[in-house]
Amino acid sequence: MMNADLLLTLPILFPALGIALCALFWSNKNAQRAINLAASIGLLGSAIALMAAVHDGTVLVTRFGNWDAPFGIVFVADMFAAAMVLITGVMAVAVGVYGLAGNIEPKENAFYHLLYQGLLLGVTGAFLTGDIFNLYVWFEIMLISSFGLLALGGTRDQLDAGVKYVTLNLIATTFFLISVAFLYGLTGTLNMADIARVLPTVENQGLVTTIAVMFLMAFGAKAAVFPLFYWLPAAYHTASAPIVAIFAALLTKVGVYAIIRTFTLLFDGDAGYTGPIVAGIAIFTMVTGVLGAASHFDIRRILSFHIISQIGYMLFGIVVATPLAVGGSILYVIHHIVVKANLFLLAGVVNRAGGSFDLKKTGGLYRTMPMLGVLFLIPALSLAGLPPLSGFWSKFTVIKASLDAEHYILAGAGLMVGTLTLYSMVKIWNEAFWKAAPENATAAMQSWQADRRTRLIMLSPIVALACVTLTIGFFAEPFVDFSMRAGAQLLDQSVYIDAVFGPAEQLAEVNP
Amino acid sequence: MSSLILTTTSRLILPAALIFSIYVLLRGHNEPGGGFIGGLIAAAGIAVHAIPRGRTGLIALLRVWPKALIGAGMLLGIAAGIPALLLAEPFLTQQWPFASLPIGTTLVFDVGVYLVVIGSVLTFLSYYLEN
Repeated sequence: MMNADLLLTLPILFPALGIALCALFWSNKNAQRAINLAASIGLLGSAIALMAAVHDGTVLVTRFGNWDAPFGIVFVADMFAAAMVLITGVMAVAVGVYGLAGNIEPKENAFYHLLYQGLLLGVTGAFLTGDIFNLYVWFEIMLISSFGLLALGGTRDQLDAGVKYVTLNLIATTFFLISVAFLYGLTGTLNMADIARVLPTVENQGLVTTIAVMFLMAFGAKAAVFPLFYWLPAAYHTASAPIVAIFAALLTKVGVYAIIRTFTLLFDGDAGYTGPIVAGIAIFTMVTGVLGAASHFDIRRILSFHIISQIGYMLFGIVVATPLAVGGSILYVIHHIVVKANLFLLAGVVNRAGGSFDLKKTGGLYRTMPMLGVLFLIPALSLAGLPPLSGFWSKFTVIKASLDAEHYILAGAGLMVGTLTLYSMVKIWNEAFWKAAPENATAAMQSWQADRRTRLIMLSPIVALACVTLTIGFFAEPFVDFSMRAGAQLLDQSVYIDAVFGPAEQLAEVNP
Repeated sequence: MSSLILTTTSRLILPAALIFSIYVLLRGHNEPGGGFIGGLIAAAGIAVHAIPRGRTGLIALLRVWPKALIGAGMLLGIAAGIPALLLAEPFLTQQWPFASLPIGTTLVFDVGVYLVVIGSVLTFLSYYLEN
């Protein structure tokens, strides 16, 4: 049995090693591919080990450099964090394999593999860290890596998108930094568990609410919620399929994770004040996202707007703040990451086989590849929330939780947006799969059918992720049960605090 | 950019900067200094050498591409944390293998930082150098 130090270090050690080795062998493309894949598999393996250790409700802690909390930096893994790391590992391997199909040419050997591992490092670190300033550092690593990936192709569109992306995100991280500074001024500590036990004793609770709203703005911009989502549709549609798939899977979800983490651990007391604000944000996020998608014909744009729309559902847990709702949000995040990334991977296949990301210039894929149509329908219908797929259970849980808590407008908006999501998915189905293929698409189809290796590389991750969706759908019981327990664990702050400081130690002194 | 003044003075500046950077690196153990500032000093010295001689001059001096230095430095930084893990202590816990000598894993980490800083600065610089 591995100890907690090793379990918590390995998930960031593998991507860090991946970066180092990619930089060392930066001129050798095949070596970089092997390193990228090996590091991703290592991340997945260590995430499975971590999950095996915490799934029963234990919370693992490691103190880097053996400096005691709250002075040193701690990594904390509870069930929620471990689940996020595990799903990151799954995505890392799936998208990593897909990326081998050569979608990133001609710049693949320069930086792609290095930045890919950098993105994974930032995401994993953000999930595991128990220190609010350290969280900022992981956000920066993530931002720089994703900016690099976005601008990798070097085309005019991509640079334009990259500049918008990095500027709007830098504003968000600056907001984050300012809020951290305020929080430090108020509590005198940066350790999240320490902040959680000091915050209720702070005299100036008005300022605490202000900081909570500032955090909501900073993380909300990261998570692409209304009205701070502008960077996402401005950027995502320019990247190649594997890059945008890993973005869609992980980037906004780190923002959601940070919102859920801070609003369950730190700012739980004033849910009455921030609750209605978040409820409004959630409703507008869902509705604007789904309506934005309805007007577009580029698959990547449609799917990008749907990311925004789905983020709204993930906020239900913060609005309602019951174990059912928080657990539902966790289940939603897990389901969404798998489904959304898979849809972007499929969009890459539509582009390869159908000739274009633009729905008007492609078509007829169902006639030539009926199985691809089925593969598309699994994540697409799951995204819309049709039973018995994974989206049904996650939507069911969050909407039931909001009905239980008598948030009828929220629940109604959730149901309506589900229907509108179906509209967009049917649109993609009709245009890309059902209607007859246009003249210019046959050349792409011929080269696709001639290249057996590329087909295998691109389709196997899609099949694997579709199987994950089906598994969550048909064997929902363990997943729902796990999410509910993770949600209950999040709502009981003492579990987290005791894990970091030990249960015996009482709050000795509090800075004014 | 061929410049007689830079070419001549760099012959003096480069060794001086490298020696001083290593002094600062080692001094960082207990006093102000360390791998980051040492790396910047070394990179400044190498930059003075490389600017009049172009990218070929830079590679001839380093023998490797500067990106490889970043990788090597990161590997050293990670390696500095591994012994602690093997001893079932938290990652990056300092280890002092010699009882009397103040040489331990922190120095390895600092050398890693030193290399990463040199590598990063020179990677940026290499894009602006003449061939």
